[in-house]
Amino acid sequence: MIEALVKNIVRGEIRSIARGISWVENETAQKETLIDRLFEYTGKAIVVGITGPPGSGKSSLLDRLIERERKQKKKVAVLAIDPTSPFTGGAILGDRLRMQKHATDPNVFIRSMASRGHLGGVSGATADAVKVLDAAGFDIIFIETIGVGQTEIEVMNIVDLVLLVLVPGLGDEIQALKAGVMEIGDIFVVNKSDRADADRLKAEIEYVLHLKAPNDQAEQNPVFMTSATENTGIDELEEGIFEFLKKMENSGRLQQRRRRRLTQELRKIFTAKVEAYVHEFLQTGQKLNHWIDQIIQKETAPYQLVNKKVNQVLKELQNT
Amino acid sequence: MGKKIRILIAKPGLDGHDRGAKYVARALKEAGYEVIYTGIRQSPEAIAKTAVQEDVDFVGLSLLSGAHNELFPEVVRLLRQQGADNIIVFGGGVIPQEDIPYLNEQGVEAIFTPGTPIQKVIEFIELNKERAQH
Repeated sequence: MIEALVKNIVRGEIRSIARGISWVENETAQKETLIDRLFEYTGKAIVVGITGPPGSGKSSLLDRLIERERKQKKKVAVLAIDPTSPFTGGAILGDRLRMQKHATDPNVFIRSMASRGHLGGVSGATADAVKVLDAAGFDIIFIETIGVGQTEIEVMNIVDLVLLVLVPGLGDEIQALKAGVMEIGDIFVVNKSDRADADRLKAEIEYVLHLKAPNDQAEQNPVFMTSATENTGIDELEEGIFEFLKKMENSGRLQQRRRRRLTQELRKIFTAKVEAYVHEFLQTGQKLNHWIDQIIQKETAPYQLVNKKVNQVLKELQNT
Repeated sequence: MGKKIRILIAKPGLDGHDRGAKYVARALKEAGYEVIYTGIRQSPEAIAKTAVQEDVDFVGLSLLSGAHNELFPEVVRLLRQQGADNIIVFGGGVIPQEDIPYLNEQGVEAIFTPGTPIQKVIEFIELNKERAQH
């Protein structure tokens, strides 16, 4: 079954791609095998993240970018992430509403993902979902994060390049953003540029960016003005994305970033595995309860006890 | 993490009355499902393709223009054509009682008319979710 799925994903069969992403999302038992099998087919797609505050027009902008990519006959995939309610576990995934005109285009694949409790602006399965799409032969993969505030910067660990979309009227928020998402943007977009104050926002962003790299003109991040609804500035932005990518490729930064991404991913998988093991270790028997009793009765102290037990865990791990 | 039930709520046809669809979408979210909402005036083709890409378990169609006898079965047909025969289709909106047997026959498994408590929809989903995941 898995062989067939791999084969069908690689030849770009839509239903199999969709099923593959579900496997990854649902942490199906064969997920790891699937990703490992697909891995040799990955590495060809360009992965672009789109992030920014809620209501900045990320989906509408993306809709326009898809249009441009399709004009160049590229195969486009989108992963659009929306938050899961921490109370009910449910989610309304509405990003694709703005991109629905592409729904019947066989070369556009749009998938909504719920964050499922994962913090950081993407879902825990996003990185693996990218691999499925990459193996399926999409030329460009866009990841739209949930509307972010200051700390949702995880998308930078998944993509080649980050578009940060801002809009006029955020007031002093740009000040607050400086420390967080402002730092992960490669390309800055002032969307809704038809609004008053758009120029001022652009100037502010450029000022902040100038502080970041005061002497290096080449290193400076470009700022584009767009209006997704009026369809202006999109061509320039699209060209800007590929120019930036080319620059990154020439300077070796793209390869560097991809390597760093893989490093982070490996770390994450490793940590998750060990964590799962620790979890299981703690679950078995009445260990945890017993220890808590000991600590409450002051027979031992937290660090003292844990340090002793960690060795035991590590020893057991070695035998597996 | 385990499997989550995913439901596409879609409005085929030309009427713009999306209050019902939005209400159901929100209520199903509150019930813990992942709901994909695509907005008004979707063609059956767009709905079927969206359902496949999103790998949903259910498609809920809402229509108030009277074209349900044409558009609802068309969505079912297109889903089957794409091999997505696990997806269960239900509908809602202003639908006369006498049309319901025909729609059932065409593969629209349940019709929820105005005034149906949302609990009925949730019961339907819970009752059929195993089958949708085949």
